[in-house]
Amino acid sequence: MNVHIREDMSRHTLRADDGIATGGDLLKVDNISLSFGGVKAISDISFDVRKGEIRAIIGPNGAGKTSMLNVINGFYHPQEGVITFRGKTRSRMRPHEAARQGIARTFQNIALFKGMSTLDNIMTGRITLQKRNMFWHGLWAGPAEREEIEHREAVEGIIDFLEIEHIRKTPVGSLPYGLQKRVELGRALAAEPALLLLDEPMAGMNLEEKEDMSRFILDVNQQFGTTIALIEHDMGVVMDLSDRVVVLDYGRKIGDGPPDEVRNNQDVIDAYLGVPHE
Amino acid sequence: MPSSDRTGAHAPETFPQYLLLNAERFTTRTAMRHKDHGIWKSWTWADLANEIRAFSMGLKAIGLKAGDKVAIVGQNRPRLYWSFAAVQALGGIPIPVYADSVAEEMVYVLNHAGVRFAVCQDQEQVDKVLSMTDDLKDLHKVVYDEPRGMRDYDHTNLHSIDAIQNAGRELLAAEGDAEWNRNVVAGKGDDIAVMLYTSGTTGKPKGVMLSYDNLVISARNGNSFDHLTENDTILAYLPLAWVGDHVFTYAQAYVAGYCVCCPESPETVNSDRREIAPSYFFAPPRVFETMLTAVIVRMEDASPLKKRMFDYFMEHARRVGEPILNGEKVALWDRTKYWIGELLVYGPLKNRMGFSRMRVGYTAGEAIGPEIFRFYRSLGLNLKQLYGQTEASVYISAQPDGEIRADTVGRPSPGVEIRIEESGEVMYRSPGVFVGYYLNDEATRSTKTNDNWVHTGDAGFFDHEGHLRIIDRAKDVGKLNDGSLFAPKYIENKLKFFPNVKEAVAFGDGRDFCAVFLNIDLTALGSWAERNNISYASYQELAQHPRVYAMMEEHVAQVNRDLANEEMVAGSQIARFLVLHKELDADDGELTRTQKVRRSFIAERYAPLIEALYDGSKEKYVETEVTFEDGRKGKITATVEIRDMELIPVNSAHKEAAE
Repeated sequence: MNVHIREDMSRHTLRADDGIATGGDLLKVDNISLSFGGVKAISDISFDVRKGEIRAIIGPNGAGKTSMLNVINGFYHPQEGVITFRGKTRSRMRPHEAARQGIARTFQNIALFKGMSTLDNIMTGRITLQKRNMFWHGLWAGPAEREEIEHREAVEGIIDFLEIEHIRKTPVGSLPYGLQKRVELGRALAAEPALLLLDEPMAGMNLEEKEDMSRFILDVNQQFGTTIALIEHDMGVVMDLSDRVVVLDYGRKIGDGPPDEVRNNQDVIDAYLGVPHE
Repeated sequence: MPSSDRTGAHAPETFPQYLLLNAERFTTRTAMRHKDHGIWKSWTWADLANEIRAFSMGLKAIGLKAGDKVAIVGQNRPRLYWSFAAVQALGGIPIPVYADSVAEEMVYVLNHAGVRFAVCQDQEQVDKVLSMTDDLKDLHKVVYDEPRGMRDYDHTNLHSIDAIQNAGRELLAAEGDAEWNRNVVAGKGDDIAVMLYTSGTTGKPKGVMLSYDNLVISARNGNSFDHLTENDTILAYLPLAWVGDHVFTYAQAYVAGYCVCCPESPETVNSDRREIAPSYFFAPPRVFETMLTAVIVRMEDASPLKKRMFDYFMEHARRVGEPILNGEKVALWDRTKYWIGELLVYGPLKNRMGFSRMRVGYTAGEAIGPEIFRFYRSLGLNLKQLYGQTEASVYISAQPDGEIRADTVGRPSPGVEIRIEESGEVMYRSPGVFVGYYLNDEATRSTKTNDNWVHTGDAGFFDHEGHLRIIDRAKDVGKLNDGSLFAPKYIENKLKFFPNVKEAVAFGDGRDFCAVFLNIDLTALGSWAERNNISYASYQELAQHPRVYAMMEEHVAQVNRDLANEEMVAGSQIARFLVLHKELDADDGELTRTQKVRRSFIAERYAPLIEALYDGSKEKYVETEVTFEDGRKGKITATVEIRDMELIPVNSAHKEAAE
């Protein structure tokens, strides 16, 4: 008898399908301008993030990259421009609403609860997904307990995924920097985001940690089909990981396209990459 | 009579046969546990038989035939253990490979064995195997356990174990398992069960072929020697490719029917052991050393009350712990005090280390520092020493309960004959003696005589109690130029007893005096540096710190005082020493994968340093190449200081010690 070996290749998508095909626009920002008093942080920037891709945002210090992320997750409110996420145009939105819509992020300077364990930190990522209200959770019986078990299962999946079983119960404050970054990624993943924003995920890491982190980012993208927008200064990492790159300089967009195209764009070279003219 | 003693005409001869027997006699007993997603999952022997049957039939569906060699690459995960029996049921030969070996090392083994299939743990191992496909002409299919990251790989010749098992279940539903069972029953004791490549302290690895008879009989003997039954539990955490792991967690487990527990990941072994508390435990001395160092370091930081309590009761245990364990006469008051100590110190300490239920513990592979050995024994742990080899299916000699000495390796194991050659070399003959080295008749002939006696390559002798003592590798024992005996390992072991010394390498054969390299222990010294406000940026800097040197000098002086007291070795006191600027590492080839020092390799690699030890210079500048785990290379440079030691005149030693 001839037996056919069937591999299960289905993706374990984190979120319910939102009707956007892979490659369609998940997020679009149009003509965004943001200023603080007289300082123009971002002027007239437009770009899109397609579903399922890894999108990098690069540029020199002060170019407005982090401001852009803050605009996307609702922390800053731009004076001009339109943001469309999952087909819906957004009015003034607060960060927790963005989180509920499926945007999760990590921070340039780690923002974990230092006295809490890895497990508890990642559990906090599930808060936006809690169905029961505070009363039930205060009571912690019946439905709330069952719900907590479900959340714990999801979190254990993430711990397994990021290979941090050995620090499950360790307070994150006592962990080395590279591992803290990984825990922070874990917390962002726990929210089951449709769009994951990473603000300099490799900053301050050594080579080995960078390689690990790169592999995790690629795996997140592949395994869960999560769309990722990241800011990073390590050009090797950016060029290897990302599908498309947008380049900012002094709040303006000066380049946008696949890594190879951006690498050869003279404006980008002048402003950031720093290779001299012929 | 317990059914595990079935040795009559119908006794199983192979492990798949034992699997079916266990599914019958221990149906609902737990055969295996694995911590996954934070929870211990378990399989009964019946579950195990079903899983392995499905796996095996799936392997058959992708073309595995009798005689095929199958590489098994990965850590201690249940499904990799299942693959042994799944392959053996089809008449194939599993070949476990060290998972952390770099690609070149692995390609030699896989090529030499001519593997047709590879069972890999995860993406990392699959990548490693796929990167060598050009060199591996016989490789047909690759199978993997963990699907993470494998989604976009070409799955023509690559399958997940899940898919293989599903295919096996379909096949089972369609045509039943009659043929598979016939295959299992047809297995004979003299078939080759497994091929284990020796880690190779010298030269290229050799494939040791062990038959089912070798393993099954050795396992039976081992089980009856230590009274192991289906009620025991073991933690599987040592490399699959090592004969010890194969015998303790596969052969003996199948024969006795005891439970094997797989840890969540290599980093969680310590906490997993605490949760499981195995009753049968095996570890190389290094593991015991590391654990003891961790305990001492923690006690240094403990509150004064706890520290005093610890010191007081440990002192008491040192005095009466071992006699109590050996069943000797001990005064009632001392027993009571020991019992209180058990309540306050020993019990919690054992619990902390995961030894609460340990009934039998072994250490082997290297000599263990007598103080370390005594520490564990005095806590009431039945830790014993054992002497074994891959070629012997482990057991050559072992210490029977109640006859434990720190410096012997016990009496010949059941069924083993031992004799000492004129040259001092230990030779043995036993039912576990290997069939031969794969495709290396020359090596087989030089190791095994026609009447089945095997050369161990170790020098040793029987003491007056009939216990075997191993001095060193036969070829390593040498003489200084003045004719005094030089046994490097003996000196190194004395040095390694100090918690601050991780590794030592002694030189002296054919030289004027004995000199040593030392490796500091970063855990112990790191904590010491923290407590003493000593800042350092790297391993190298700490190793060369003046206060570290002063400390090492004190250790070396202590060893010299010890050596001066022993007539045989008093001549080989350490005249000069240096502290190495880098940690000896298996990735650089300085240690074997089982963490043994590769002396000749080190002698070659650090030739300039050895020269400096003997030419009287005070320091030496060196450049050393290091290999990272992914195969890239880098360089470290350092100026290493060399210290002279004062030798203690042999005659005055006793007087000095008395002062």
